[in-house]
Amino acid sequence: MSKWLKRFYLFVIMVFLYAPIVTLMILSFNESRTSVKWGGFSLKWYQQLFESRTILAALGNTLLIALLSAVLATLLGTSAAIAISHMKKRKQSFCMSIVNIPMLNAEIVTGIAFMLLFITLGDLLAFFGIHFEMGFGTVLIGHITFNLPYVVLSVMPKLKQFNLSMYEAALDLGAGEGQAFFRIVLPDIMPGVLSGFLLSFTMSLDDFVITHFVKGLGADTLSTLIYSELRKGIKPEMYALSTIMFLAVFLVLLAVNLKPQGGVKNTN
Amino acid sequence: MGNRLIDLQHITKIYDGHPVLDDLNLYFNENEFLTLLGPSGCGKTTTLRILGGFETPDQGRVIFNGQDITHLPPNKRQLNTVFQKYALFTHMNIAENIAFGLKISGKSKAYIDDKIKYALKLVNLDGYEKRMPDSLSGGQQQRIAIARAIVNEPKILLLDEPLGALDLKLRQEMQYELIRMKNELGITFIYVTHDQEEALTMSDTIVVMNQGYIQQIGTPEDIYNEPTNAFVADFIGDSNIFPGTMVEDKVVRIFDRIFPCVDVGFGCNTPVDVVIRPEDVELGAPGQGTVDGVVSHLIFKGVHYEMEVTACGREWLVQSTKMYPVGEQVSIHVDPFNIQIMNKPESEDEEAVVLDV
Repeated sequence: MSKWLKRFYLFVIMVFLYAPIVTLMILSFNESRTSVKWGGFSLKWYQQLFESRTILAALGNTLLIALLSAVLATLLGTSAAIAISHMKKRKQSFCMSIVNIPMLNAEIVTGIAFMLLFITLGDLLAFFGIHFEMGFGTVLIGHITFNLPYVVLSVMPKLKQFNLSMYEAALDLGAGEGQAFFRIVLPDIMPGVLSGFLLSFTMSLDDFVITHFVKGLGADTLSTLIYSELRKGIKPEMYALSTIMFLAVFLVLLAVNLKPQGGVKNTN
Repeated sequence: MGNRLIDLQHITKIYDGHPVLDDLNLYFNENEFLTLLGPSGCGKTTTLRILGGFETPDQGRVIFNGQDITHLPPNKRQLNTVFQKYALFTHMNIAENIAFGLKISGKSKAYIDDKIKYALKLVNLDGYEKRMPDSLSGGQQQRIAIARAIVNEPKILLLDEPLGALDLKLRQEMQYELIRMKNELGITFIYVTHDQEEALTMSDTIVVMNQGYIQQIGTPEDIYNEPTNAFVADFIGDSNIFPGTMVEDKVVRIFDRIFPCVDVGFGCNTPVDVVIRPEDVELGAPGQGTVDGVVSHLIFKGVHYEMEVTACGREWLVQSTKMYPVGEQVSIHVDPFNIQIMNKPESEDEEAVVLDV
């Protein structure tokens, strides 16, 4: 009896978690335009999706911004973490709290602040005759900013664990400072760097609020595009797009989990 | 032992306004096993790090084979270090660890493979090439750290308390291994430790340090038998250190008793410290020695009994294979040759260590 109860409990949880997504996936194959009527199986929304320039452009923007901001935030964040880890204790905790603030700050505040900054900057530059407006670049800057703390926070523990005499041993064995860093320090903190990168990438893919405020006229990402489509009534192409996005994430997760244990053993 | 290989001249190092080393002068010979011995904070590790190039002295010079290497970075120095915490590269296997230095200096693959084989044989770990560092025991990791250092054919091997993390049995075994390796390689070993037994077992020369000053330099026998001050006497082995007065050459007065000794040149009626090793105190029937006393403590230590005898109002530490029960009246006799006279400490660093219990 209790065995059935347990199974039922699990089933209820799964329904809560996945019912919305499953509904979305099923409707994405619905021939009929309205969601109340099943008009038969069809791939026509997928076809229309791949014919829509605006959607494909937004997808391209989203991926490009996610990739660029993740790469740049990882580079900046890792360097910052290394610098911070070499500071004296008081300076270190001061720097860490400064790093943490953007993460704790409400996104909408960060978004509005960025918008005001860019507008002011635009006015200022216009005064010198330089044309500046919000777009791809400002979105990228915004994303790098909110990604940075995540990188610093995931690299920092790895640096704390790092045995400094390993670095000294490398110097001792004839390596220059650069060689010692790239051959010894970096491989050792790599799990932290990688998880910082992945976090940044997903945070950037996910972001709506900050992007919404700093995208200006041109640079729509998927989330802002879907939002603006909503006002006209959401189109079934969006179901198809969401299904693809979900499956992509699902496949990545599957790949990470099925990977042999050796590669991820140090990620705590 | 051969020529002078490395010279430390007037080395001073200050951390946060506190001198760790103060005008230190020391030289190291070729093919010498030299140990820097002292309690923590005595400056021994700083000395080693200055030799390795990880610290720059605030004053003074490091001369290697006639060349000033004070400001040469570690990777340009012909010496290698074995670190306290092994510091093996955890993401590389044993062969890659050992090959690291050789790859950096651009040696051929055949040469590197040869060297790895040779080094693993030297440290008695043949066949461990493909293992990862974390699958090895502490003792094995330390051997690999030694192998990784010596394949680069350094003139000097610096060892920073390499046996500190090992258990007693393994430590003793590694001591013999280190002596064997040193003899096989024919290079200079500079060894840092706070363990006096380790120092006595392995060294050709021991440098005893305290509070940034060298207290005594000598062979293990010199250091043990003829400590120059109370600190050395106290730090190396157990000892009875009594205040005394040098009445004249070869006569010392301790607690108003006259003891003949062999030391000369301290002057007349000079206050001195007297060191008597516990194994040199001979007990006998009452009235037969210089002083009479009563046994107050008795412990069985395996190879000998350790007793405390109260005489002249002081506790005398005695080690003997013959047992005297607590409460027994005994006499104390010390062979003149076994009485070591030292000048009174002139500064704090020369004083015996006082433990607050």
